[in-house]
Amino acid sequence: MVVGLEQYLAVSAMLLVIGIFGIFMNRKNVIVILMSIELILLAVNLNFVAFSAALDDLVGQVFVMFVLTVAAAEAAIGLAIVVIYFRNRGSIEVEDVTMMKG
Amino acid sequence: MMNWTIAIPEIVLSCLGMVILIIGVLHKKSNAFHLCSMLTIGAAIITMLLVVAGSSGVGYSGLFVEDSFAVFSKLVILLGSLLGVIVSLDYNTEENLQRFEFPVLMLYATVGMMIMVSSTNMMSLYMGVELMSLAIYVLAAFARDDLRSSEAGLKYFVLGALASGLLLYGISLIYGFSGTMSFDRLASELTSLGNTSPGLIVGIVFLVTGLAFKISAVPFHMWTPDVYEGAPTPVTSFMATAPKVAAIVLFVRVMITPFGHLLAQWQQLIVLISLASMILSAFSSIGQSNIKRLMAYSSIGHVGYILVGLAAGTEIGVRGVLIYLVSYVFTISGMFACIIGMRRRGRSVEKIADLGGLSKTDPGMAASLSIFLFSTAGIPPFAGFLGKYFIFGAAVNAGLWTLAVIGILTSAVSAFYYLRIVKVMYFDQQEAPFDARPPALTLVAGISAAFTTLFIIFPAPIVAAASSAAKVIFG
Repeated sequence: MVVGLEQYLAVSAMLLVIGIFGIFMNRKNVIVILMSIELILLAVNLNFVAFSAALDDLVGQVFVMFVLTVAAAEAAIGLAIVVIYFRNRGSIEVEDVTMMKG
Repeated sequence: MMNWTIAIPEIVLSCLGMVILIIGVLHKKSNAFHLCSMLTIGAAIITMLLVVAGSSGVGYSGLFVEDSFAVFSKLVILLGSLLGVIVSLDYNTEENLQRFEFPVLMLYATVGMMIMVSSTNMMSLYMGVELMSLAIYVLAAFARDDLRSSEAGLKYFVLGALASGLLLYGISLIYGFSGTMSFDRLASELTSLGNTSPGLIVGIVFLVTGLAFKISAVPFHMWTPDVYEGAPTPVTSFMATAPKVAAIVLFVRVMITPFGHLLAQWQQLIVLISLASMILSAFSSIGQSNIKRLMAYSSIGHVGYILVGLAAGTEIGVRGVLIYLVSYVFTISGMFACIIGMRRRGRSVEKIADLGGLSKTDPGMAASLSIFLFSTAGIPPFAGFLGKYFIFGAAVNAGLWTLAVIGILTSAVSAFYYLRIVKVMYFDQQEAPFDARPPALTLVAGISAAFTTLFIIFPAPIVAAASSAAKVIFG
């Protein structure tokens, strides 16, 4: 079987859906949410690279470099926020993130 | 073509940000926060002058544009950030948040917003959005010893990152199905293509979803009340003004420039989002007792009204959006200056009931807060009325009668709870007086109240500027 654009797009769509479900279905741990966010960004990168190859256009791959950089910054900030949250709350369970409601 | 000089305001502002950061680190005494805030205010004013004096054109190989639409929005954004820095001065000192990174983060968020409103390519759009968002995630969690603030930061981060992911996925589909990321080439490609592929439509829907998260439109608004309530009040004030303006202006540019002639496809989507935002805001605000939470629902409603102008998809609609944004920034900044002034015995209070009998203990604050409340409710002769007038006029002009009628009905409903606050201030039982208000808050509230009241007498310059700005993106 030849692996074409469709296969890449399918994998990337699956990764996106897994990532979104990981954020909303997960009731346990905030770290899992950070992993899900990374998964979504990787799905996007896969999409860009596949399209870039299919279109024979380098812009998509340039964008991937930017996305990777921003994803690293985002992970750093996310972990920092999780650390200060843990210091105040003593837990990083998603079910405990309920101080404010209504 | 490079033409790098058109981005001089952004370049100067980011370089000044680095200088301020170095000054803050090297400054040995404890008042680096005050010094850095003052320097940030100076940097914002210099940037405003550079924006006004700068030349227009397209640069960076079509990634960046400086036109009167961008100039208008940049001035509003810089003004919002300026007021945000000013109101944070005394609050942060009182609440022991006087770290010099605070104004610098606001400054870099502002740079991100300026890139957003100037972007003419999906790549610069994304970089601007991320530069803004990453700075604001940190600001929301800035009170790091306060559980509510860190929870606000966590929620904002998770949902904001999800929104960025969806935005990016949308961009990747648009890129894949049209072969370009430049707004101009997308526009010409879509016009020549005639019919549009389903993949592209899905991409546009993802893009709209991501941007709707950033402007907190229903159904992507769930983070707003929690984050507005939990974040330190000056940060809430900042988040409610400048970033919202930037995201809405970006939204308008993206929908009009590349996807302008797909209006028939996306108009229904915007109409739905706008209706849902107006209705949800009007009915959820009624039961609120925390004034910051009320402001969050109110800002969701404002986004609904602003999207009415975008849904019209016409030049006067966009002009209405810009005029509404100007009145919105002034009204909300002034309102938050009053909210930050609500302190008793060195602690800030946030309940609406705490305003009881304010007209006797502090008539000036009660009067200016009433002006802002009347303005947000859209009652003439205040600025908010003029904004709504232009928006609904554009909607009627574009034949969106139902949207205009529902908009007016929901603003009548929302007038109920705005006027309830006025009633609490003027007729309810008197509470203990608030602490003495710092002069910076009086300044911001005074300027905003003066603008909100006098806008209807001298609307011409702003209306003219908004008209020429709106003309550019349809040109």
